[in-house]
Amino acid sequence: MYAISRSSLIVLILLGLGFGIYPLVGDSYYIRLLTKIMALGIFAMSLDLLIGFTGLISLGHAAFFGVSAYTVVWFVVKMEILNAFLIFPAALAVAGLCALVIGWLSIRTAGIYFIMITLAFAQMLHAFFKDQHYWGGTDGINFNDKPMLMVGDTVLFDLSNKINLYYLTFSLMVAAFIFLAVLLRSPFGRAIQGVKVNEGRMRAMGYNINHLKLMSFVIAGCLAGAAGFIEATRTSFVNPEYLSWHASGNVMVMVILGGMGSLYGSLLGALALTLLGDNISSLWDHWLLIMGGFVIAVVMFMPDGISGSIESLSRRFRKASPPREETGP
Amino acid sequence: MDISYYLIQTLNGIQYGFLLFLVASGLTLIFGIMGIINLAHGSFFMIGAYLCWWLTSLFDNLFLGILAGIPLAVFLGLFIERFGIVYLYKRDHLYQVLFTFGLILIFGEMRSILWGNEVQGVMIPEMLSGAIPLTDTQSYPVYRLFISLVCTALAAALYLVIQRTRLGMTIRAGASNREMVQALGIDIAKLFAIVFAMGAALAAFAGMVAAPVQSVFPTMGDEILIVSLVVVVIGGVGSIKGAFLGAMLIGLADTFGAVFLPHGAGVVIYTVMAIVLLWRPQGLFGRT
Repeated sequence: MYAISRSSLIVLILLGLGFGIYPLVGDSYYIRLLTKIMALGIFAMSLDLLIGFTGLISLGHAAFFGVSAYTVVWFVVKMEILNAFLIFPAALAVAGLCALVIGWLSIRTAGIYFIMITLAFAQMLHAFFKDQHYWGGTDGINFNDKPMLMVGDTVLFDLSNKINLYYLTFSLMVAAFIFLAVLLRSPFGRAIQGVKVNEGRMRAMGYNINHLKLMSFVIAGCLAGAAGFIEATRTSFVNPEYLSWHASGNVMVMVILGGMGSLYGSLLGALALTLLGDNISSLWDHWLLIMGGFVIAVVMFMPDGISGSIESLSRRFRKASPPREETGP
Repeated sequence: MDISYYLIQTLNGIQYGFLLFLVASGLTLIFGIMGIINLAHGSFFMIGAYLCWWLTSLFDNLFLGILAGIPLAVFLGLFIERFGIVYLYKRDHLYQVLFTFGLILIFGEMRSILWGNEVQGVMIPEMLSGAIPLTDTQSYPVYRLFISLVCTALAAALYLVIQRTRLGMTIRAGASNREMVQALGIDIAKLFAIVFAMGAALAAFAGMVAAPVQSVFPTMGDEILIVSLVVVVIGGVGSIKGAFLGAMLIGLADTFGAVFLPHGAGVVIYTVMAIVLLWRPQGLFGRT
C-alpha cells in the first residue's frame, strides 16, 4: 500500500513551503523556472503512476503532454478562445482520450513490446503534428494572448502574470499529489499496485487486469495533460518537440532519479534534473554529454533514486538512535 | 503516374526496406538473444554514416572509406558491450531503456564534438553515379540498385550464417531459450559480445551505404531507430524472418504513403503497426 513515511513527510513539507514561499522573495527568472519544474513534477508523478505503481513502462508519455499543449494552441490561436475554464478541461479530455486509444492498443502487450509500442504511438503523434502545416510544422506555433480564468467577461485570474501562473501551477501540483496519494490508498490504487507485484495472482483473484491497466494509463494521460497545459501557457509556444521521445525519455529519467514508486521522489527528480540542466547548459555547449553520463551513473549507482537514498538514510539514522517502542500495527 | 513511376517507387521502397532490415535484424537479435532493449542502436547507424563521410573524404574513395569503417564499428560495438551493456543483463528493461538513452546523448555529443552538427554529403563514386533510363523522362540511379544488391548479398550471408553454421545454431537456440543454451555450457558472454558487435556493425554498415543517397545529419539515428522498432514490433522480437518481412512491409508502406498521402506520410507506418498489433499482438513471427 502507498504510505507516506515520516522522513518523506518532512521532505514534502519542506518542498511545499519552499515552492509556496519562493515567489515572495525570488527573482523573475527563477519564478519562471520553478513554474516549469512544478509542471514537470506533475508530469513525472503521472508517469510514476504507470512505472512505479502499475508496472507499465511507457516510453511515449510525452504524447499526452504534447496533445494537451496543442489543444491549448488550438483554442487560443485557431478559435481565439481564452477562457481557461474551457481550455483546461478540454486539454485534459483530449489527453485522456488519446491515452484511452493508445492504452487500449498497447496494454494487450507486455515487456519490451509495451515499451516499443508506446514509443511508436507517441512518435506517430509527433509525426502528425510535424507534417501538418495547420499545426505549424517543425517550427511550431507562437501565441501572444495567454489563457485566463474568467467567468463571462470578467477576468478572475490572468495567467499572463507569471506570479498568477506560478500559484496556479503550485495548486495543481498539490492537487495532483493529494489526488494520487488518495487514489493509491483506494481499492483501485491497491489493485494496480497488486498488478505490478504479481499480475497472475491478481488475475486469479478475479481482477480484470487490462481494465485496471487501462484506467491507470488514462489517469496518467490526463495528469500529463495538465502539465502540458501549464507548459504551453508558460512558454506561449508549442512545437513537435513537446511530444518527442527525448521528452518522454527525460521525464522517465526524472522518475528514476527521484526514485520510482514515490510521489515526492518524482517532484525531487524534476527539480534536480531541471536545475542540473539549467546550470550546466550555460557552461558548456556539449552539456548533454554530462547529462548522458549522469543518466548512466544514476542507473548504475542510484537505481532507487533520491527518495530511496533519503529513506535508507533515515532508516540508518533511526537504527543508530536508541530503539523506540513501536506503537500501532 | 504511369507504370515506370510505380516501378521506381517500388524499387525505392525495397531499397529502404533493405536498409531497415540491416538495422532491425541487429535490434531484434539483441532483444531476442540478450534480452536487451538497445535504444542506442540507431546511433550506430548515425555513426556509420558520419564515419563513411569522414573516411571517404580522408581516402577520397567511398569503398575504402566503408572498408576502413567496418572494423571501427565492430570495435565500437565490442567496446560498448564489454564496458556498458554487460552491466544490464540482469537489470529490468526500465534501466536498459535509461542506460541506452544516456548512451544516445553521449554518442550524439561525441559526434557533435568530433564531426560537428552540419548536414554533410557523400559523393557517389563515379562508376556507380549513372542512371538506368526507364522511359524518356524517368530513370533509376545505379547507386540505389547497388545498395539493394549489396544488402541482398548481406541478407543472404546472414541467412546462411544463421541457418548453416554452428554459431548460427547457437544464436537461434539463444533466441528461443536463453537459459537452456547457458545450461548446455555454451560461452554465453562470448555469444552476447559477438551478437552485439555484429548488430552494431550491420547498423553502421547500413548508415555507410545510405550516406551517399540520404545525406548525413545528426538526427538520422533517432529516425531510423523508431522505424526499426516498428519493424521489430511487426516482425516479432527475435525473429530474423519477421524483421525481413517487417522491413519490406514498412519500406514499401512508407514510400507509397509519401506518394499517396503527402501530408500524412509520417502516420502511415504506425497505422500499419496498429493493424498488425490488433491482429497479432506478438508480431507476425513472434512467439506467444
